[in-house]
Amino acid sequence: MKVAIPGIAGLLARNVARRLLDAGHRVIGIDPRGWPGAPAEIELHAVDIRKRAAEDVFRRHRPDAVIHMATISALLADAEERYRINLGGTRAVFEHCANYGVRQLVFVGRHTYYGAGPDAPLYHTEAEPPQELGAYPELADLVAADLYAANALWRLPDLHTAVLRICYTLGPAGHGTLASFLSARLVPMVLGFDPLFQFLHEDDAADAIVAALSAKLRGVYNVAGPQPLPLSVIAHEARRRTLPLPEAVLALLVGRAGLPRLSRGALAHIKYPIVVDASLFRRETGFQHRFDELTTVHTFADAVPPGGRSSPVPALG
Amino acid sequence: MTDDIAARVDRLELPFDARGVDDYGVSKWHLTVLFRALSFLYRNYFNVRCSGIDHVPPRGRVMLVGNHSGGIALDAAMVIASCFLEMDPPRLAQAMADRFINRLPFASTWTSRCGQLTGLPEHAQRLLESDRLLLVFPEGARGTAKLWKDRLSLVAFGTGFMRLALRTRSPIVPFAFLGGGDAIPTVTNLYKAGKLLGLPYLPVTPWLLPLPLPVSLSVHYGEPVRLEGTGGEDDDTIQRHVAEVKERIAQLIERGRR
Repeated sequence: MKVAIPGIAGLLARNVARRLLDAGHRVIGIDPRGWPGAPAEIELHAVDIRKRAAEDVFRRHRPDAVIHMATISALLADAEERYRINLGGTRAVFEHCANYGVRQLVFVGRHTYYGAGPDAPLYHTEAEPPQELGAYPELADLVAADLYAANALWRLPDLHTAVLRICYTLGPAGHGTLASFLSARLVPMVLGFDPLFQFLHEDDAADAIVAALSAKLRGVYNVAGPQPLPLSVIAHEARRRTLPLPEAVLALLVGRAGLPRLSRGALAHIKYPIVVDASLFRRETGFQHRFDELTTVHTFADAVPPGGRSSPVPALG
Repeated sequence: MTDDIAARVDRLELPFDARGVDDYGVSKWHLTVLFRALSFLYRNYFNVRCSGIDHVPPRGRVMLVGNHSGGIALDAAMVIASCFLEMDPPRLAQAMADRFINRLPFASTWTSRCGQLTGLPEHAQRLLESDRLLLVFPEGARGTAKLWKDRLSLVAFGTGFMRLALRTRSPIVPFAFLGGGDAIPTVTNLYKAGKLLGLPYLPVTPWLLPLPLPVSLSVHYGEPVRLEGTGGEDDDTIQRHVAEVKERIAQLIERGRR
């Protein structure tokens, strides 16, 4: 199968690409960031998915399937740019899929779609709407991209679309929202709150995305692995110290004094859990995680000792 | 006593991981601390009498349904303690916490770590489907707000619990809790002052604060009620089932008073 991967330069996307190659698929990467040292078999196009050159990749190669991973959650870009990438990019991917005969599309979204709040249930099912969006406007573009992707299910009936809402990933690469949050020596917490965090080993996450493609999933699916753990337990297992501060104090201090940067809205994500029910995905793909929750934290902690790497900007998105 | 509590927590048949946390975030460490405190209250401070605990099935999904008694969650705490201390093997009863609790620092963490999740229909259904022991007070907040003079009465029952029991095919074990109204004799409830503190209301006792007296409390469990249905029945049918359970609880209250 010929598989195009917009956003291939991301670490998770690279792992997916390698697995697809190993499984005998042909992989076409689309990402303006490039991928130095990429396997020679991967055909890379360093173009922006929203630009005409990207459309030409679809026109010339006519991929059978697309795994769309060109969305960003980090607050590395301003709101307008994020909106352009997440929503404008997603729209372009779907249009190219529809116009150039792509049969299958996997949209890799995030479990933070559901939002965190005091009245939100543990174990969200796919039928639930996003909540608490008003408290965290930085997530709005990702939520909009998710909903836009999901409406392809009726808008483009010939395109086999799977929308994945995948939980945080963690592992030796030290990459991703949760890893960034845990990278410093001190893990900030809101005093009196200790939410559950749900995460998947980065290798398991790549396997899950490939499993979605192999199973030709159609629909919206939560993706998760082992049971969630309280943030304090994760920090302890990762050999970090927690720093519980009253919410008002924490809001002033994040991004300073060695603490990771967080937007105001993201504070809700370290007060209340976002945990998803992924039983439907497991049932339909047969996916089983290989790394349990403690092993996953330990592989991260062994590769990224406390304060061992500089902290990029996490958005808990 | 202390070791006894830790040993009982070890014997809880819950899917704890290697760090003593289950898939709902229930933590053995927090349970041990909680049950040490509840055990003192149950055995020494209140001297709770318990009858009919054998009616609570040792395993599988069960819904404990009973009356509210006392202006704060004393009733829930002692019922949870009775299932932990009197059953063999012990079971963790999981109540549905009032929504305001999850907004309060520390209370949010402790209720979650002790398995007392926010009172949402999704939580109740999921716990039953996980074969847990669910504790339900169908009188809701109206029940905890009962004044001393109404302590032995039952206010209107909600119907959601009945539809859930039918849908999940869960047996209902009715129970009566007695004495909470004497431990915390509410003379009035301050609703505005409560709101300022983030609470639904503030119960006022003759000594102002809702601190419980060391009176004798009792909990009486009745035989399980197993009803056939889908949960999709019309309101009249559901109301009849609810009335049946309410009557069983009223009988248990009467029997408990003798």
